[in-house]
Amino acid sequence: MSTTEGPPLIPGAEAKKISLDRESAGAHRRGGWFNGLGQRWNALPRQKQWFYLIIIVVLAYLLPVVNPPFISTEPGNNWPLACAQMSIYALVAVGLNVVVGYAGLLDLGYVAFFAVGSYTAAMLTSPDSPYVHIPYLWTLPVAMGVAMFFGVMLGIPTLRLRGDYLAIVTLGFGEIVRIMATIIPAMKGQVGFQNVGHPPGTDAAGNAIFLNSNGTPWYWLTLSVIIVVLLLAGNLERSRVGRAWIAIREDEDAAEIMGVPTFKYKVWAFVIGASVGGLSGALFAGQVGFVNNQKFDVVTSVLFLCAVVLGGTGNKVGAILGGALVAYIPLRFTAIAEYKFLIFGVALVLIMIFRPAGLLPARQRLLAYGRAAYNKVTGRKGVGDAGGSRAMSTRVSDEEKGAQT
Amino acid sequence: MSEALEPEIDVEALASRGVDLEVAERVAPDRDIAVKVGDPLVQVQNLTMKFGGLTALDNVTFDILRGEILGLIGPNGAGKTTCFNAMTGVYKPSSGKVLLEGKSLGGLAQHKITRQGLARTFQNIRLFGEMTALENVVVGLDARHRTSVGGALLRLPTHVREEKSAIERGMALLEFVGIADHAQFLSRHLPYGYQRRLEIARALATDPKVLCLDEPAAGFNPAEKEELMQLIRTIRNDGYTVLLIEHDMKLVMGVTDRIVVLEFGKKLADGAPAEIREDPRVIAAYLGEPEDDVA
Ligand SMILES: Nc1ncnc2c1ncn2[C@@H]1O[C@H](COP(=O)(O)OP(=O)(O)O)[C@@H](O)[C@H]1O
Ligand SMILES: [Mg+2]
Repeated sequence: MSTTEGPPLIPGAEAKKISLDRESAGAHRRGGWFNGLGQRWNALPRQKQWFYLIIIVVLAYLLPVVNPPFISTEPGNNWPLACAQMSIYALVAVGLNVVVGYAGLLDLGYVAFFAVGSYTAAMLTSPDSPYVHIPYLWTLPVAMGVAMFFGVMLGIPTLRLRGDYLAIVTLGFGEIVRIMATIIPAMKGQVGFQNVGHPPGTDAAGNAIFLNSNGTPWYWLTLSVIIVVLLLAGNLERSRVGRAWIAIREDEDAAEIMGVPTFKYKVWAFVIGASVGGLSGALFAGQVGFVNNQKFDVVTSVLFLCAVVLGGTGNKVGAILGGALVAYIPLRFTAIAEYKFLIFGVALVLIMIFRPAGLLPARQRLLAYGRAAYNKVTGRKGVGDAGGSRAMSTRVSDEEKGAQT
Repeated sequence: MSEALEPEIDVEALASRGVDLEVAERVAPDRDIAVKVGDPLVQVQNLTMKFGGLTALDNVTFDILRGEILGLIGPNGAGKTTCFNAMTGVYKPSSGKVLLEGKSLGGLAQHKITRQGLARTFQNIRLFGEMTALENVVVGLDARHRTSVGGALLRLPTHVREEKSAIERGMALLEFVGIADHAQFLSRHLPYGYQRRLEIARALATDPKVLCLDEPAAGFNPAEKEELMQLIRTIRNDGYTVLLIEHDMKLVMGVTDRIVVLEFGKKLADGAPAEIREDPRVIAAYLGEPEDDVA
């Protein structure tokens, strides 16, 4: 940052400079409230974390039912449907976060996997499709599988590329899927597929539970899927897989030289990201009930990316927040919905300036059993690893400054 | 058969220097090496590296014997780092070969070369800044894991066992290099000297047969340098072979068993520290170089 260099022009600038320096020593300490939250969360003992988690989950399930005033999108938009859409975006963001946040691979064509999932669900359930029909719930794993296949097909040739080149190639892939949907007759272009299937079940009156107009069951289904995906993503994060991803993001060459098969794990990141993208696409197709080629443009890709960056790149909880926000804002503030890209653009710029690590920049824990080891060396009991490291990081960086001068 | 050449370990002397033998025992390499102590473990044969018109490495040949500390010295820009890069697969050599235990490393992917047993540190520290010290080391232990995505997703018992043992070994390595009390710090927040030590721990984590250190004492004061050399000796005493790039002549003389001198990409001399010190060509190459100049 150039503002921290050069002589102070105004009185007090020197003091500001010092505080900026100190902040850059622990960049995540910027902007207290949210960060304080992450820090305190990590410092909580396990049982307490579970206790609060259960409360949060229960509240999350109640969200479409309670229809909280002021927060609610009504009267402009049906609140349960808004919740369903928010949950689908949140799931997309969790998947994209694996690719962009963990492995640091800039994927601008993520919407393609979402589209693949949507079309898989549509073509296997819609009466407009001449192909085999299977029950809707079965399309979820199938959509994941098909998207994973596309992930491998895209990943193997392109993941030898780095940075900007990869971004451009994935951008192209995003467009290819949309264009294929337009020109391949079987995918029915703009006409698309009506009456995409939904999960079984009827209520007392004999009406289907999973109606396109009823957001609540779709929201509950997606929320349950998100919880499972989060648990699995957490398992990956705290394993050699997550460590390989973060190492690749931090310094790919160094990771490779330390014996990490970087190419293999980049492909895995793509494939796992793709599977979640495909899954959310299938949920989207079922919820909306209609799939055509109009919904999967590059702009949507950028919106997904925006969700991840907004929430805090690399943080899966942040991704949920980002995804939900990106869906929520245009639905809540219908008057400005037309300008959503302008708003998100400005929001991104502001985030980059004031909170470069996103709204929830909590660090990932990469060792499942690290807490005990850390506690042993610090001699503390019940203090979280990341929390502990953060609390002391200032002290060390001060020491470091002393050592260098 | 090989014990005779193994350096005698003086337990008390080591303990007085703060070396914990119990830790050293846990850290010691536990794999087979096909080469006897004192025989060539790495053979660098006619290695040439060209960058466009510049020949950074010109027909360089030398051996690294199992169990020794080999010094690789030379003025700035002599091609020492380039030699490391060509050996470890970062650069593809223009010609020549590198053999480990008699087998060519040519054409292998970098991570495979590391897994064969050739590990390195970087002259300009390259840690994973957003990871803690312990996590950095555990990344180096990647090759020890058998389970991958499936095992991690389902938390299979094998995976859990591997994770726990990786943490245990990672902590042992941190203890070994003397920074265990900083295990939970993000590596970018570590003091400079600790970062250098962490690089060594991370390289040791790959369970190398040969540990290549690229100016590990750069930026250290004399006392810190001496401490680091003690550590390098301990590493060798634990059964590792060490290739050490170091700029400071005095330091290299004290710690190495043999020295290879590079100048302008060519091998200038090769021999015991005492011979190298007397070699007029080496003296000439270093003439005008300040003693404590750091590359
Ligand atoms: N990637 C590269 N491209 C072009 N020239 C290089 C590259 N790497 C090293 N060199 C050149 O090779 C020579 C040897 O450099 P290096 O091996 O870093 O020296 P040392 O480590 O002995 O100080 C230098 O002249 C340097 O400029
Ligand atoms: Mg060098």
